[in-house]
Amino acid sequence: MELLVASAIGVMTAVGIYLILRQRTFPVIVGLAMLSYAVNVFIFASGRIKIGFPPILNKYAETSYTDPLTQALVLTAIVISFGMTAVIVMMALGSFLETGDDRIDMTDKTDGEDA
Amino acid sequence: MMSHWIIAPVVLPAVMGAFIVLTMRHDLLLQRVFSIAATGALAVISLALLWAASVNPPEVYRLGNWPAPFGIVLMLDRLSAVMVALTAFLALAVQIYSASTGWDTRGRHFHALWQFQLMGVCGAFLTADAFNLFVFFEVLLIASYGLMIHSGGRDRLRAGVQYVAYNLVGSTLFLFALATIYSITGTLNMADIAGKVAALPEQDWAMIRVGAILLILVFAIKGALVPMQFWLPATYANAPGPVAALFAVMTKVGAYAMIRTGTLMFPPATPATGTFLSDLILIAALLTLAVGAIGVLGARSLGWLVAFAAIASMGTLFVAISQFTPEATAAALYYTLHSTLAAAILFLVADLVADRRAHLRLTEALPPIARSGLIAALFFAGAIAMAGMPPLSGFLGKLMILDATRGDSMALIWSVILATSLITIVGLSRAGSVLFWKAHASTPEEPAETKDEPLSFAAVFLLIAGLVALTVFAGPVMGWMEATAANLHDPSSYIGANALVEVGK
Repeated sequence: MELLVASAIGVMTAVGIYLILRQRTFPVIVGLAMLSYAVNVFIFASGRIKIGFPPILNKYAETSYTDPLTQALVLTAIVISFGMTAVIVMMALGSFLETGDDRIDMTDKTDGEDA
Repeated sequence: MMSHWIIAPVVLPAVMGAFIVLTMRHDLLLQRVFSIAATGALAVISLALLWAASVNPPEVYRLGNWPAPFGIVLMLDRLSAVMVALTAFLALAVQIYSASTGWDTRGRHFHALWQFQLMGVCGAFLTADAFNLFVFFEVLLIASYGLMIHSGGRDRLRAGVQYVAYNLVGSTLFLFALATIYSITGTLNMADIAGKVAALPEQDWAMIRVGAILLILVFAIKGALVPMQFWLPATYANAPGPVAALFAVMTKVGAYAMIRTGTLMFPPATPATGTFLSDLILIAALLTLAVGAIGVLGARSLGWLVAFAAIASMGTLFVAISQFTPEATAAALYYTLHSTLAAAILFLVADLVADRRAHLRLTEALPPIARSGLIAALFFAGAIAMAGMPPLSGFLGKLMILDATRGDSMALIWSVILATSLITIVGLSRAGSVLFWKAHASTPEEPAETKDEPLSFAAVFLLIAGLVALTVFAGPVMGWMEATAANLHDPSSYIGANALVEVGK
């Protein structure tokens, strides 16, 4: 289980980093989404992997529990990264419509010349 | 004793931002009145908090009344209070400028986004919980995305996409850092992390170092520290002038977080992390200074020149921060106040020039602009402050930083700071002579002013007055900063305020 989770995080991070180094907005956005998936699983794992336990203390029985805090953190992180992805998709679309291409870097013409 | 005013700098802009969107989105005059009044109220509250923080020990505010370290807490100490006050003062002056020049008419929801931006910045300064810091970072970022592309345009949108992409990577890194630290310490309360890290067994040192480095990388992105500075020049040069001036305080959020982490969570005395953070920051800061100064010399447009000058000032600031001694931290805090105001002045002057000149390129001299004399004088004042020449506070700030860095690497630090100051002076004077002197070579007459906006000049003068006050009252301000730095380097009162106490009494 640990190996599966660890390699899933590793592969998703690697894919994300490869994609955000591309020069067009669409692969970059997909890469950012992959990175945020990877980090969500990573946060989940930081509360230690326990299977089949509730995230609450039970004072009537000697059962173990899983860390509830990381689940709350993941929820927050999912909401924020989802919203941010929506923002960058809209801005990339606006930029594509204004400039006519979807390159993410500044062209030579604008660099240091235009203001 | 729990003062509810501590949360006011977060709640007031949040409520006002929503109120503006909901009730007055079609009436610009109402928006201006309410928004500027709210920022003014924020300034008054921040002064009261500043006073409270300087007479009282650090005070904790328990959100939802859950005891620390289980609940999220806000903390008001001297550092938080002075940063909130700086934000409010800067925001008030720049907001008057943006209303006077009509920047807020060139797109929608300017004032609402402005309030949300203030909420995020003030929250980031006040929170004492590492994950809550992440949330406030996101609040200030999402508002800054909106402000950055305010009024649109080809280059602005393209620079905006770059800015958002860079910061989304930063947010992901932040989450990786927090999860790593949480997996080792089992807590996210900063004071609690400090205690846990200090008592960490040796087999966990490697992991906490990874977490610390990731966290410092995130703050380096915010503070534009080399090699994380690539987002800044295009963003600041293409952002609307007043927005770029407000962003001058956003890089300081990175500097603030770096001071807080480096003195509270990972101080050099902690065996687990040791001094390797400060060693890394020092190298990066010296490179940042060099990149900024060379950028000032090589910039072909005024916007880019000011952006690189802002990078250079962040480099100077991080040199002082990297020392992690009380003297150097006090100097860094003084320089933070100064460089925020100086960068904001230069961004506003660049905007005044852009309003009156065909373009901001420095490669050709154009005929003189309207009110050329007055704008040239403002540029001159801003340039003197930025380059660190007497008589303004930049000189005092740099002098105190030099004085505080008489350590092992004194020769290196002094030569880099002094050499880059000279390069910055050359770059700024070249820009000034192209913009204001050579203009008179072709046509000696300057055209009549067509705009009637005295308040925009008043706003710039207000910021310069802030610099003059910093210079005149340098003694008392520095004494206050030294007490602040002493508190930061002995965080027992900060940690003590977070201790687990029974709530409800």
